Amino acid sequence: MDSKPIAGLGRPPRGARYRVLGVRDGRVCPERLLEMGMIPGAEFTVTKVAPLGDPIEVDLGGSRLCLRRSEAADLTFERVG
Amino acid sequence: MARTVAQRGLTAALVGVPNSGKTSLFNALTGSSQKVGNYAGVTVEKVSGRTQGPDGPITIIDVPGLYSMRPVSADETVAAEVIVGRAGEARPDVLVCVVDATNLERNLYFLSQLSGAGIPTVVALTMVDVVQRDRNSLDVDRLAGELGVEVVPVVAHRGQGLLELKAAIGRAVEGRRLLDIDLGFPAAVREPVFRLHDRLARAGVDVTRSEVREALLDEGAALNDKLANLPEMVEAFVEERARLLGAHADGRTIDAQTRYAWAGRIRREVLATSGQLDRRTTDAIDRVLTHRVFGLVVFVGLMYLVFQSIYTLAAPLMDIIEAGVGAVKGWVSPMLAGAPLLQSAVVDGVLTGMGAVLVFLPQICILFALIAVLEGTGYLARAAFLMDRLLGWCGLSGRAFIPLLSSFACAVPGIMAARVMPDARSRLLTVLVAPLMSCSARLPVYVLLIGAFVEPVYGAWWAGAALFAMHFVGLAFAVPVVALLNRRVARGRRLPFVLELPRYQWPRVRDVVLTVVSRAKVFLTTAGTIILVMSIAIWALLSFPRSEAMEARYRADYRALAATQRGDVTEENYLQMRSTRDSYLGQFGRAIEPVFVPAGFDWRLTTAILAAFPAREVVVSAMGIIFDLGGEADEESPDLRQALKQATWPDGRPLVTVWTAASLMVFFALCAQCMATLAAIQRETGSWKWAAFAFGYMTLLAYVAAVAVYQLGSRLGAGG
Ligand SMILES: Nc1nc2c(ncn2[C@@H]2O[C@H](COP(=O)(O)OP(=O)(O)OP(=O)(O)O)[C@@H](O)[C@H]2O)c(=O)[nH]1
Ligand SMILES: [Mg+2]
Repeated sequence: MDSKPIAGLGRPPRGARYRVLGVRDGRVCPERLLEMGMIPGAEFTVTKVAPLGDPIEVDLGGSRLCLRRSEAADLTFERVG
Repeated sequence: MARTVAQRGLTAALVGVPNSGKTSLFNALTGSSQKVGNYAGVTVEKVSGRTQGPDGPITIIDVPGLYSMRPVSADETVAAEVIVGRAGEARPDVLVCVVDATNLERNLYFLSQLSGAGIPTVVALTMVDVVQRDRNSLDVDRLAGELGVEVVPVVAHRGQGLLELKAAIGRAVEGRRLLDIDLGFPAAVREPVFRLHDRLARAGVDVTRSEVREALLDEGAALNDKLANLPEMVEAFVEERARLLGAHADGRTIDAQTRYAWAGRIRREVLATSGQLDRRTTDAIDRVLTHRVFGLVVFVGLMYLVFQSIYTLAAPLMDIIEAGVGAVKGWVSPMLAGAPLLQSAVVDGVLTGMGAVLVFLPQICILFALIAVLEGTGYLARAAFLMDRLLGWCGLSGRAFIPLLSSFACAVPGIMAARVMPDARSRLLTVLVAPLMSCSARLPVYVLLIGAFVEPVYGAWWAGAALFAMHFVGLAFAVPVVALLNRRVARGRRLPFVLELPRYQWPRVRDVVLTVVSRAKVFLTTAGTIILVMSIAIWALLSFPRSEAMEARYRADYRALAATQRGDVTEENYLQMRSTRDSYLGQFGRAIEPVFVPAGFDWRLTTAILAAFPAREVVVSAMGIIFDLGGEADEESPDLRQALKQATWPDGRPLVTVWTAASLMVFFALCAQCMATLAAIQRETGSWKWAAFAFGYMTLLAYVAAVAVYQLGSRLGAGG
């Protein structure tokens, strides 16, 4: 898969796997995301997309989190699967 | 300070991540019945209880869950303050850190932040039954070794591990067992921390290394404020920070990364997983429940089922209660035959009034049971996931879903549940519209009127559908209200919506039963106090003034009526009607009647509505008394439904048509007649202004909508 850094998740397809790279320049990552384990190096899979395209459900180390795409926009990711 | 620990007993606080099982453990230890549910944010306030430890009583404190020691919402602040100690309050002697064994990383991340607290700590490991069920094994001794404190596996609902936990609490205090963990911060962090700590010590500032590290990595940390009067130290921190972090890196990221790396290492060491913990069942259920299409279908279907079953399941129970109330009246009435005024006060006032409300106890219990079941399974978090975007369009967040749904049972816990919302704007909006959700106190009005005017004509299925529809009236109005308030009233920034979706669980029968019992108690106490007082007041205002002279005048008037005017009204009935009309309540009601005539209400319905100001459910008992006294005078007290059907305007038109019933239901769906709710709004927003605002806008909305329904309905449907 391409491993170019991407900013935010865009419209992630179900089943896609991402790795968190870091916080985008000039942005401040919502602290809650860090505290819930969305830290650089963490990998997660998109398991569900809500009916209206947002929020999404991800599997992060065995636990499921629901997050809004707009909140992931402050992070950079790479697609790993 | 003379009192020692031994004299006053120990205080232990249950702290941990949301949904880790703190309240379940609290209930098991103290025998309490605090609310338990399978989603994050069930507990929103601090609660304490007592238990007997091996060496004396232990006070146990249950607090809301926390993801980190940096709270973002009101409920989290409560919990953090218990740990760090708020001014004037003693800190607990022991922290019992509740760790969910199925979610070790996130739970240990939180635990790692307690190591700076300096309070003896014990770890209670929950959900070990789930770990075992999935045929995984967990090395408890190794975990204890890594943390430096005792680790006690517990299964609260089976009572396992409670004695061991209490003994461990005692030992932790005696031996001052503090968390002793090595997070493994990189040397690049440890070295400047060491240097700064050293300088601070020389400057006479007494702080721990972890406080220094926190201040280095996060400019917002508390220590930075304390140093404000030491400019050279502030500068030293700025320099070290710049050297460590360079241009791009973020101190908080380094902190979180280090802690998660530590937590991950421990998880791998102690949890011998064959693979991952089993989520297959949950995933299979979620394939339907959070499906793009079926998810929404199931959601609406489920809500429909809830209201349909309230209507159908309760019917036989209602009959039993009705018969019971009738029997009590029949038993009491002859005993008071010697004192007609007292007899009337007890039978026509108290018993009729309270009986009219008691009949609805089954409905209320069923509603609370169904909501408790939904809460216990873990479905609510899914529903919030499905609804987030929709709620977002209205200006609320998905986090508002749970407070709003619980407001369908009762607005008071719903308003309190809004504490979990981090941003003040969403929280305020949620608090202001929560009372529009159709709470259980409105059920009696709906069931009464639907039972009298919809079911006989259209059948039980339509009656159920009407009940379902009534629950959407408030919801439908909430959308424009929020949109409007969003622009005018509330401001603030939106905060992230990160919600854990827990594994599904079977709801525990005990939890559901306890919820229902405690809510039934609340209902009965209200019925026993407000409704009792209001019933007596209404009866009195309806029975006085009375005098021989007035009675003689009424009799004379009756005799003066021509036979055709009398119709089949007997002299007694006529007397009864006149004295009711001329009573204090009748005079008052007729004075206000013009205001409510456009909505289709006569003075009797009007006074019933006004009497229900302190609590909605009073309206039914008020109608019971008013229509019973003023209507049929025969001894068997007529069913209130019958009485409503037979009531007429003075010109003989039937008083309550389908449209009057609809108008009355809409009025009650939207009005804010509940002191408990207004008080809760005041408590949660800290000002009476918002309570007054909620009362004002809802009453206006209720009146306008009721008038519109009646006017449009009776024109279009001509009495339907
Ligand atoms: N299988 C299992 N389930 C548990 C255990 N302890 C708690 N639960 C369930 O976990 C869920 C959460 O329990 P609560 O006691 O409400 O959790 P809490 O930590 O008080 O949650 P908040 O108040 O939201 O912070 C409920 O569905 C409980 O029935 C346990 O040891 N085993
Ligand atoms: Mg709790």
